[in-house]
Amino acid sequence: MIDRNSPVTDEELHAFVDGELRGDRKEAVTAWLAVHPDDAALVGAWRSQADSIRARYGAVAHEPVPERLKLDQVIRRDRVNGRSWAAMAAAAAIVAFVAGGAAGWMARGAAAAAPTGFDTFTAEALDAYKLYVVEVRHPVEVPGSERTHMTQWLSKRLGSELRIPDLQSIGLNLVGGRLLPGPTGAAAFYMYEGPSGERFTIYCTNAAVPETALRYKSGEGFAAFYWVDDKVAYVVSGPADRNRLEIVTKTVYEQVDKTGGRKS
Amino acid sequence: MGFEKGAGLATFRQNVEATIPALRRYARALTRDSDIADDLVQDTLLRALRSEHLFHGGDVRSWLYTILTNLNRNRRRSLARRPMLLPIEDNDAPDLAGPEAGGRDIERALATLVEDQRHALLLVVLEGLTYREVAEVQGVPIGTVMSRLARARVQFKNYLDGERPTLRRVK
Repeated sequence: MIDRNSPVTDEELHAFVDGELRGDRKEAVTAWLAVHPDDAALVGAWRSQADSIRARYGAVAHEPVPERLKLDQVIRRDRVNGRSWAAMAAAAAIVAFVAGGAAGWMARGAAAAAPTGFDTFTAEALDAYKLYVVEVRHPVEVPGSERTHMTQWLSKRLGSELRIPDLQSIGLNLVGGRLLPGPTGAAAFYMYEGPSGERFTIYCTNAAVPETALRYKSGEGFAAFYWVDDKVAYVVSGPADRNRLEIVTKTVYEQVDKTGGRKS
Repeated sequence: MGFEKGAGLATFRQNVEATIPALRRYARALTRDSDIADDLVQDTLLRALRSEHLFHGGDVRSWLYTILTNLNRNRRRSLARRPMLLPIEDNDAPDLAGPEAGGRDIERALATLVEDQRHALLLVVLEGLTYREVAEVQGVPIGTVMSRLARARVQFKNYLDGERPTLRRVK
């Protein structure tokens, strides 16, 4: 049964072009387009866009795969490559963090509703970005395998006892950490990675205020939760998937919560 | 293309290997530079091989697209903070016409898109992923994928309609 008068939404037009509509709605859209030339023209334009994109790039998939991309080559060169995976991952992580992640949203978020102390924090994060983006190939870093050493080192530098959260239970491995300049001398930065290469970071530093509520901020493609607890500010940032980030944040929060006992 | 739980290492690697041509296509369209594209694919493969113990079933192809998309986003972030270096090309030559001109037009139209919109558009129209698969790759709800796609198409059309009228005539 086709209801020619049932209005067709823009979403359905896109779904129609992309073959995502069920049979009955497909017929309804076809009928709709027959009497709505403007929509028909739009659909035509989108199809032609898709055709042009496929015409431009489709042939790449038929090119012979270059030697360096053959799997056995990738594996072989990975084995002889002296650089440690952790070092590379940490380097990439720092770029992700300082360039696009926390620094970005903190810059935008600083003006609005930022608790006292976060302005400085923001500035410091941006300075960190400027400093490390050029040092991407030579990051000073500690791999996640040296968790104990990293805990001691960063605790000493920040002057407060830190705990590096263990997020294995939610599928995130500790890539590593490093020291960054913070508003009151130093900030600790930890990087975690999930199975698909998605990254979450924790930035913590001494804060001027004793405590704040948990706050949420989302930027383009990134989001973060931040709070201050017992004069330590925490920023947990990651891809803009609020539910997942909440789970990560909750796990972090439970582990760093001062009232919940300590371990390192 | 599906990867069955419990299937061996060999199957996993075969599935990865079989996806390489499509990954190259996606990366080429994303970066519009063959060397950068192949670097991205190489990093994706490296990452996939190193993380294969973390892969617990699901679709290998979607997983590889996810890794590549994430790596590209990271790459773009690091580039965004550097001075932009553009190759000097004389492809603005007024006598340029034919399919080559159209191809450049497509590249430029893609270049005007916001990153997440470009990912969504290419995954759907070039790679043939379903909205649901793209939602998983991008880690967002399907509604977000659809709005990214819609905005990408508007922007793409505006670019072709408005900014390059002379090239449009030759089609």
